[in-house]
Amino acid sequence: MNELLTVNVSPHIYTKRDTTSIMLDVVIALLPASAAAIIFFGLRAAILIASCTVSAVLFEFIFNKIVKKDNTIRDLSAVVTGLLLALNLPASVPVWQAVLGSAVAIIIVKCLFGGIGDNFANPAITARVVLLLAFPGTVTAAVFPSEKFTDIISGATPLAVISGQEGTLPSLLDMFFGARGGAIGETSALALLIGGVYLLARRVITWHTPVAFVGTVFILTLLLGEEPLYQIMSGGLLIGAIFMATDYTTSPTTEWGKIIFGFGCGLLTVIIRVWGTYPEGVSFAILFMNILCPYINRWTERKPFGGVPQ
Amino acid sequence: MPKKLRGVRVPHNKNTAGSVPIIMPPPRFVTIPLVMHIGAPSVCIVKPGDHVDVGQLIAEAGGYVGAPIHSSVSGTVREITSVMTTAGNPVPAVKIESDGLMTISPVVKPPVVNDYDSFIAAVRASGAVGLGGAGFPTSVKLDVKDTSRIKEIIINSAECEPYITSDTRTMIDRADDIAEGCRLLEKYLNVKKIHIGIEKNKPEAIASMRRLAANDPAVEVRVLPSFYPQGGEKVIIYSITGKIVPEGKLPIDVGTIVINCTTLAFIASYIKTGMPLVEKCITVDGPAVASPKNVIVPIGTAMSEVFEVCGGFKKTPAKFLQGGPMMGLAVYSPDTPVIKNNNAILAFDKDTALKPKETSCIRCGQCSAYCPYRLDPAEYGRALKANDVEKLIRLKVNLCMECGCCSYICPARLPLVQQNKMGKALVAEYQKKKKAEAGAAK
Repeated sequence: MNELLTVNVSPHIYTKRDTTSIMLDVVIALLPASAAAIIFFGLRAAILIASCTVSAVLFEFIFNKIVKKDNTIRDLSAVVTGLLLALNLPASVPVWQAVLGSAVAIIIVKCLFGGIGDNFANPAITARVVLLLAFPGTVTAAVFPSEKFTDIISGATPLAVISGQEGTLPSLLDMFFGARGGAIGETSALALLIGGVYLLARRVITWHTPVAFVGTVFILTLLLGEEPLYQIMSGGLLIGAIFMATDYTTSPTTEWGKIIFGFGCGLLTVIIRVWGTYPEGVSFAILFMNILCPYINRWTERKPFGGVPQ
Repeated sequence: MPKKLRGVRVPHNKNTAGSVPIIMPPPRFVTIPLVMHIGAPSVCIVKPGDHVDVGQLIAEAGGYVGAPIHSSVSGTVREITSVMTTAGNPVPAVKIESDGLMTISPVVKPPVVNDYDSFIAAVRASGAVGLGGAGFPTSVKLDVKDTSRIKEIIINSAECEPYITSDTRTMIDRADDIAEGCRLLEKYLNVKKIHIGIEKNKPEAIASMRRLAANDPAVEVRVLPSFYPQGGEKVIIYSITGKIVPEGKLPIDVGTIVINCTTLAFIASYIKTGMPLVEKCITVDGPAVASPKNVIVPIGTAMSEVFEVCGGFKKTPAKFLQGGPMMGLAVYSPDTPVIKNNNAILAFDKDTALKPKETSCIRCGQCSAYCPYRLDPAEYGRALKANDVEKLIRLKVNLCMECGCCSYICPARLPLVQQNKMGKALVAEYQKKKKAEAGAAK
């Protein structure tokens, strides 16, 4: 009884959920998409996933060692970044380029801005955009799973076909299950939706951003005379709407903010897809909206209960 | 349809809901602090060597916002000492050695109450303070002068804090006192409508209050969803009436008074017997306590002695709380006395005592999403770092009731309540300075 007592400010109990468990939930939610990637794109997808994830964690570990900060790799956020980056690259990307992408994501976008919670742009998206601009040949390469899914073959992605390139459009069913060209993790709408439902059920994300994002694209492309179902299942739209645009740090915190953010992402995606030179616009759209995030938060500040304006 | 207020789902841990309160044997010493309420410290009127009996006045109210204090045991005043409060500042206290007889003072007799003024005077003399935990002098709350301002009274029986069941026991064991309390409010404050607000996780208490309401047409039992902080004053007013108490105003400004059920039961029993507030039924629980129960404790008893009554500890205690785990205050010493507005004392072992390690804010927005008042704790933290008081004012840090939802839900385990308290203090200081400057300019 004579030992010193702990004294701290209330509360004295906490929810079990912490940053690590949230990140673990995101990793779990990405497992179906990762599995689909390996099923459709084979060993190359597995290598890409492994090299991005391991290198992302390693870069964070080394950076923290060098700058003598507490190591944050246990929070699993680097795993999420590495995994998302890998899933956003086509199977044709050489491993060294993927690892370079991890370095950009972790060192430049995340750690140099202060580490988890302090980056203003989504690390995986920024890294993908950097790779896209640096190595347009490999990153936009349209890579298809082969007939028997034993290897990959080149061809136009559905979006490229819609934009006018030669090629055949896969059936809607193939689009849904994932037997089509594109980045390894973005092709299976089913796998991504399973992950999205899991995140919603676990209350890691709310419906606002994904619904606003996908809904905007659906309605706008419908009005513009495109095929809305192809549009929402192609490119990185679903992985972007469910996993990237919902990144806590780089998206608004208020409900209306999330809706505006999702709408903005959808609008920009459609503009780029329909009128831009790139067939795909999700990455640019999210990156641009990331920059607007502090403003959106400010515009959508909630009125406190009982608060009287000065 | 008004927007529902958010809050958090905390584990209820109402382990002692079925525990009929036991009366603890008289302690050898009681140390009664002279500050057990919000307002002016009470003024001591006894000196070492004086003999006192149970219910005898030992300190007078120090001002209008204040409350008198009475001896909780019979015995001899040993010294005027000081005790460390949970806020960390020492306050004067009267230490009384009990003779073990618990002789009731001859001055304890029912007060004469026949109108509004004598009712308020009786409440004032009883030493009543808000027993739900806030400790605001009840006589000041009820002293509205013009009773037509009161549209309804809410009897706060939400008891949303985990572990605590003392109000639940009051509703089950002392329903007659609550019924009598309602009658007094109707008679002397001219109240036409009384709502008893109870969270739905207390079926026995709800049944007991419904039996009461069946005999009193002014009383209505309102079963509320179990969420924390349902029992927050502004929260329960909104849940029951839909009225919002604006910033800087009191519940009476929207025609409502909120009174805790145990406070009301106490007032009724005081008017019946004349025994002032000298004992308190508290819940003794927590992961370290051997056999949790409800205990009726003389005010001023050391917490350590109350734990002994509950079989001591099954694990080495490392943290003691007065109040529940969400808003309760950690004490510096196990010998800290039980005070009037305690409704629970809890003991945590070393595994549950330590606050988990802080990590970086990931801007998930949960602190704001779950704040019942829709405030933005994470933003306050950033404003504090930047020493930006104007931003704290704009974002209304002053509204924070320190309920703890933000800290509870934060996945980075940030000390958000602590930051909010700091923010409120900074804002108060800043506004005081501004006022002084404005005064000097004139």
